[in-house]
Amino acid sequence: MKIRENVMKYVFFLAALVSVAAVLLICIFLFANGVPAMAKIGVFDFLLGKEWKPSDIPPLFGILPMILGSVYVTAGALILGVPIGLLTAVYMSRYCPKKIYGFLRMAVDLLAGIPSVVYGFFGIIILVPFVRNTFGGNGISILTACILLGIMILPTIISVSESAINAVSSNYYEGALALGATKESSIFKVVLPAAKSGILAGVVLGIGRAIGETMAVLMVVGNQARMPKGILQGVRTLTTNIVAEMGYAADLHREALIATGVVLFVFVLIINVIFSIIKNGGKNR
Amino acid sequence: MSSLNTINKITFKQKMEMYKKRKGSLAVRMLVKLSALITFAVLIYIVLFILINGVGHLNAEFFSFNYTTENVSVIPAVINTLVIIVISLVISIPIGILSAVFLVEYAKRGSKIVNLIRITAETLSGIPSIVYGLFGMLFFVNTLKMGYSMISGGLTLAIMILPLIMRTTEEALISVPDTYREASFGLGAGTLRTVFRVILPASLPGILAGVILSIGRIIGESAALMYTSGTVAQIATNVMDSGRTLAIHMYLLASEGLYTDQAYATAVVLLVVAILINMSSQTISKRIIRKG
Repeated sequence: MKIRENVMKYVFFLAALVSVAAVLLICIFLFANGVPAMAKIGVFDFLLGKEWKPSDIPPLFGILPMILGSVYVTAGALILGVPIGLLTAVYMSRYCPKKIYGFLRMAVDLLAGIPSVVYGFFGIIILVPFVRNTFGGNGISILTACILLGIMILPTIISVSESAINAVSSNYYEGALALGATKESSIFKVVLPAAKSGILAGVVLGIGRAIGETMAVLMVVGNQARMPKGILQGVRTLTTNIVAEMGYAADLHREALIATGVVLFVFVLIINVIFSIIKNGGKNR
Repeated sequence: MSSLNTINKITFKQKMEMYKKRKGSLAVRMLVKLSALITFAVLIYIVLFILINGVGHLNAEFFSFNYTTENVSVIPAVINTLVIIVISLVISIPIGILSAVFLVEYAKRGSKIVNLIRITAETLSGIPSIVYGLFGMLFFVNTLKMGYSMISGGLTLAIMILPLIMRTTEEALISVPDTYREASFGLGAGTLRTVFRVILPASLPGILAGVILSIGRIIGESAALMYTSGTVAQIATNVMDSGRTLAIHMYLLASEGLYTDQAYATAVVLLVVAILINMSSQTISKRIIRKG
């Protein structure tokens, strides 16, 4: 009996170590395959090079266009998604009648559950013609990707902000109301500042989702490997660089794509660290 | 709260008087409602648009057993998706549940090893699917020489959904009241028996909800599978064969531009599955709340 208890304890422990091993393996394999390529190309030429021409002689592997592409597309998604998401969270937490709440909750969960290829398809069929007809250009553009990603990060922003708002003690809200403030100023000047760190954590999580999204972006962003020229022009992001060329890449080209993955991975790790600092900071207060 | 509401109840007219004085508040109120409306409308629009335009393209040919370039049948992709689901779940459910049990029932809260496991699980859940795809290609496909195959794809996704299963199981275990544990210990059961006979059965619905969400993630996944399980359009007859899943099928149909009708139809299938998965996980979690 005693022996079995002890043996099982180690089984549980080993199972728990699998996730640690997985992270280690992912780090080792990505870095071992990507870092040598970076060294071969030259770290500065790789990160700050403005030309990505893998088939030229000699080939050029500069990923600055993709880094900027990812940054622009993510920033645009935040500009569109954060205000709408945050205000929707406020609505769900403070305005929503109980009867509608169930529907809204389900809607937000479903938004999170729709596969990214379906979003991408929706982007091709609806958003691309919409952008083409309203703003000009051929519709396959940074702006289109921003709108699509703005929709895709909504559920993340809404869920995290809503629970942050709900976690604020109702004393704050009622206190402000009792002082004669309107419902709106109570919420926006008292409750939201108190929920600041939770909301910020949601935004950071949204950044992580937007920067890592691949297929939906691939389908609407055009995928031209060149420096971004305007929001109605196509661009390529870090993620789409990998999927678009991995199928036929060989040798240094292939390693350069893996190195692109390493850059993306490092971005995501930094975002993760920021997220946990914000989250824990909010807890300690 | 409800008594407070009745004291503070004001008529619509009084409300309007107040907002007349505070125009800023009125504007903010409108913005809040408008945003909620936008969120809801966007979802309804996407769902209805795809359902209405796609249902007409669902026909017998599209569901025929054999894939040809004429019918671009969805059935092989559905079967491959099921295979990948089974492989990933068989691996990640036991590991996920056992690690959650370790974290909740065995480890001392706040010890270094627990923190390390928490941090790595959080890291795993933040990694984008394309990075999983790259890792799967480097590790399973190339290093372990599994090639583009169901098993490579399944193993890659098993790692991807592990944090989700761990977290939902952990929450389910924590929500089991301590009185259950005390009663079991009081009757002379050891930790092991308590875990398997009392705590796990009590937290089954929560674990199930997590598993259903994981299935949803697997079905919707495409970037992690492109270069692990591959894009072959036929049924994978064994786990070492390559085959495309539903989401990859959808991507290829939509991006080739030749099969828009069939892409609509596949979108309908994916969307209906997403809705069903959502509803069932919600029903289960509602049941948990009612019980608790």
